[in-house]
Amino acid sequence: MSMAAGVQERDSGESGITLAGVRLHVDPAGAFVHLAERMLIVADLHFEKGSAFAARRQLLPPYDTAATLARLAALIVRHAPKVIVALGDSFHDMRAGERIRDADRATLATLQAGREWVWIAGNHDPAPPAGIGGETCDSLAVGPLTLRHEPLPGAAPGEIAGHLHPAARVFSPSGSVRRRCFVSDGSRCVMPAFGAYTGGLNIRDVAFAPLFPKRRPTAHVLGMRRVYSIGHHACAPD
Amino acid sequence: MNKPKATSRKTTSGKAAAGNAAANLPPRFVEWFASRGWQPRRHQLELLEKARGGESALLIAPTGAGKTLAGFLPSLVDLQTPRNRSGLHTLYISPLKALAVDVARNLETPVADMHLPVRIETRTGDTSASKRMRQRRHPPDILLTTPEQLALLLATADADYLFSTLRRVVLDELHSIVTSKRGDLLALGLARLRRIAPAMTTVGLSATVRDPDELRRYLVAQTPGNPALSALVTTPAGAAADIRMLDTREHLPWSGHGGAHAMAEIYAAIKSARMSLVFVNTRAQAEAVFQQLWTINEDNLSIALHHGSLDAGQRRRVEEAMVQGRLKAVVCTSTLDLGIDWGDVDLVINVGAPKGASRIAQRIGRANHRLDEPSRALLVPSNRFEVLECRAAIDAAKAGEQDTPPRRTGSLDVLCQHILGMACAAPFDADDLYGEVISAEPYSDLPRKDFDDAVDFVATGGYALKTYDRFAKIKRAKDGLWRVANQKVAQSYRMNVGTIVESDMLKVRLVRGRKQAAPAQVRQPSPVFGNLWYPAKLQGSSGKPTYTGPLTRGGRVLGQIEEYFLETLSPGDTFLFGGEILSLQGIVENEALVARANSDAPKVPSYAGGKFPLSTWLAQRVRQLLSSPQAWSTLPGQVAEWLELQRHFSMLPPAGDLLLETFPRGNRFFLVAYPFEGRLAHQTLGMLLTRRMERLGLKPMGFVANDYAIAVWSLGDVGGRLASGKLSADALFGEDMLGDDLEEWLQESALMKRTFRNCAVVAGLIERRYPGKEKSGRQVTISTDLVYDVLRRHQPDHILLRGARDDALTGLLDLSRLADMLARVKGRIIHKPLHRISPLAVPIMLEIGREPVYGEAQEHVLAEAAEDLVREALGE
Repeated sequence: MSMAAGVQERDSGESGITLAGVRLHVDPAGAFVHLAERMLIVADLHFEKGSAFAARRQLLPPYDTAATLARLAALIVRHAPKVIVALGDSFHDMRAGERIRDADRATLATLQAGREWVWIAGNHDPAPPAGIGGETCDSLAVGPLTLRHEPLPGAAPGEIAGHLHPAARVFSPSGSVRRRCFVSDGSRCVMPAFGAYTGGLNIRDVAFAPLFPKRRPTAHVLGMRRVYSIGHHACAPD
Repeated sequence: MNKPKATSRKTTSGKAAAGNAAANLPPRFVEWFASRGWQPRRHQLELLEKARGGESALLIAPTGAGKTLAGFLPSLVDLQTPRNRSGLHTLYISPLKALAVDVARNLETPVADMHLPVRIETRTGDTSASKRMRQRRHPPDILLTTPEQLALLLATADADYLFSTLRRVVLDELHSIVTSKRGDLLALGLARLRRIAPAMTTVGLSATVRDPDELRRYLVAQTPGNPALSALVTTPAGAAADIRMLDTREHLPWSGHGGAHAMAEIYAAIKSARMSLVFVNTRAQAEAVFQQLWTINEDNLSIALHHGSLDAGQRRRVEEAMVQGRLKAVVCTSTLDLGIDWGDVDLVINVGAPKGASRIAQRIGRANHRLDEPSRALLVPSNRFEVLECRAAIDAAKAGEQDTPPRRTGSLDVLCQHILGMACAAPFDADDLYGEVISAEPYSDLPRKDFDDAVDFVATGGYALKTYDRFAKIKRAKDGLWRVANQKVAQSYRMNVGTIVESDMLKVRLVRGRKQAAPAQVRQPSPVFGNLWYPAKLQGSSGKPTYTGPLTRGGRVLGQIEEYFLETLSPGDTFLFGGEILSLQGIVENEALVARANSDAPKVPSYAGGKFPLSTWLAQRVRQLLSSPQAWSTLPGQVAEWLELQRHFSMLPPAGDLLLETFPRGNRFFLVAYPFEGRLAHQTLGMLLTRRMERLGLKPMGFVANDYAIAVWSLGDVGGRLASGKLSADALFGEDMLGDDLEEWLQESALMKRTFRNCAVVAGLIERRYPGKEKSGRQVTISTDLVYDVLRRHQPDHILLRGARDDALTGLLDLSRLADMLARVKGRIIHKPLHRISPLAVPIMLEIGREPVYGEAQEHVLAEAAEDLVREALGE
């Protein structure tokens, strides 16, 4: 997906998810935009995942941090947010700070300039590496919404979390498609992972079951130019 | 090596040729041949003579010609006299480990009979660690192994010691090995062996091929600009095969590959023969045919199943039963194509399309390993187009035509793997290694830059961004030599060696079902034979308590199945596997838990494997057959009638031209073309054609391709535009589609991603997944699709992207064939506007909906599913 195309062909129509009475705009790149707060929310950036593999002699291309930052920059240009919240696992591991390139560090600082930036703690990254700007917290309350990394079974309505990297497999008589997705029952939502090297866990996996005990959630699947809302029954397991 | 029955035939040519060459045969051997009532054959003695003269040689001979004995005779003669230093004398390489084991067993007979002081051992993936260790310290005289094992041996520090005494390498089924990346790996291994043991000679054993010179070059060291050839030894052809096509009394299907209509006739043929091999093209067909045969198996004939997904122990049991003559028939895939002598087979039945003349000739050769008796074969076409293909194949076999694939250029990913292996063996000098690599035939044209890029890739990933120096896998020291960074890297090399990248496989494990199925309705294999080739006895299920508890694990593993087939199933869906109807209970980590079930309509796994495209040579014959009505008398009546109808309602595609039909159907407009260039080339054509139509505003919605034709459907009236002259057919099928359109499409193509994944695994970028390794959770494993997306945007000329592109163009996309076709039909495209579907178009139209979708069509799948939700919300 090229950035330019993403900007030009963006659906002008509404694609959104309402959570605890709050309408959130959904960007097909895999982000929430809280228009009233001018807040952009992304999950699971996993910066320096490539170099983490490289340290174990699996020499993945060292471009993932730059790629993730470029997509993030495009989102920021598109939505001009005042606040950016990264929902945890923003850095792949605690030593990411030793491996991140100066150029990428500088790009991140540029994106942060003039904006509020919140790092929510994740299991991979209780805190961002030294020298990286922004605030850190375990969870963030935004009106009736609670933003945290790992979804809590039985959480109060209005939870937005990441951690699980949801993806949906949709199939029709003519074939099947597997894409990252938001998964929500109207009460809570698990966001797709945003990082360039982050894969997806099928929403039919048992890990999702305790989060949606009563109602089967809907998958909001990322298409090329829009987000498709697809019923749970139409999503296949892997 | 042949069974006694095979070599016991005295060939008339053998006596005459024995003359001078026989002087090379020591008395002990002359006596041995005589004691068995045999005479050495001319080609056996010729090979002996070449070996004496220090020449490498290619032997081309049909099955049953005593090929393997010919290959080993020079070694056995050499080894009868004691040597100065013991050590490895002869290395035998086979594409199948089962073949290596079989040959070792047969080789024991002459060695024991003649009391030769020769120790023979095999080394495969199954060989125990202690035996491997011993083999390296105290090597046998003759070692039988596979290309992967050779690569592993060469990557050890004692390779020089182990192979320094090597005199001879025997390469079995060479025609089969050289067509794949394994052939590249083996060629690089041979180059290293020649460096370690310069006096070593090679002998290649091969079935008949189109161009023997390609194999002759493979056997010897190449020097730039001066192609060298090995010697060539051939045998006179055996008796011509007796090949027939089943003229079914049943209705011939329009499409499909199952051959269900002919099952009773196949059963009758099995009954009338001593032992039959029933070949099919895919594992899915094997499952379906096996199931159907058992459904009508009134006589409880011992019919078994053999394919690559079944548990190895299961396959061995079937093979043994064949050798012992306890089976009446085996339904099998290409796993039994190669030269193992599995007993007294007297009939080969091929269900479905032959696909290639050489391929079918080799399968037929499985019957009757006796040179002077004709092999018997029955071709069973499963649809109407396949009738044409079978007819063409029979004609091609009569004419002795060969259509083995052309030589390949060595792959870059295999080169990367080899370079790491060589670093594991000993520190290397880049110039020396380059010289060695280009002496291997597939790499003889390798530019130095590609080699250097490969070294750079192995060292630090080959990235323009130099951030991985501290993580380098091989490092260049002050002495200029490249060394492996640490033992972990060497260990990782050993875990990942090889060129065969399986799809992600899940184990199929039998558990108790959640719900007990109804008692069996269909006939099942007799319990007496049950344990033999069934994973387990199929037991009646009546009277057992219904089980509704949680899934248990711990049942037996039935085999493996591709993950992507299981992705299409939901729990509770039934499918055929290992001849049983199973119901999917769930997927836990890397295992598919299944229970026995009953179902009238189990799904048949559409797993890949064995989908060969129609060869160019056969395609040409099919086109000719189609365009010459006078030849139709050789076809079954139903088919001739079908072609007559086509002539009446539309027209027949002339042999040299391309026929395009257009017609409306439903609310779509269809375009059907008949290039006969094989499924792969047609799929590529479909991708490119739909892109072009999209640009022309024709709103294409999808396409489907098979070996013979392609159908595209659109919302725009493509036929109208062609008929009105607003669009020319030549423009639509212009060769320029291979330019920008191709590049653009390749970038996003799922095929390209799959190809990249294979390259990434072979080259060592991504580690293979091993059982137990996935435990950390599947979302943690890195997706090569994501790596591909990032890499192509940031470094489009990376060596692995180049390698993947080369692979895709020659392999999956069959681009050269498409290019030849587009050039051939320029100015020769006939457009036939129709009001409705033509008789010839029926088969391809029936395939709509069976193929996976790509690109824009993926968005339609999502949009449709979303609409579904809307309808549900509206209560419709």
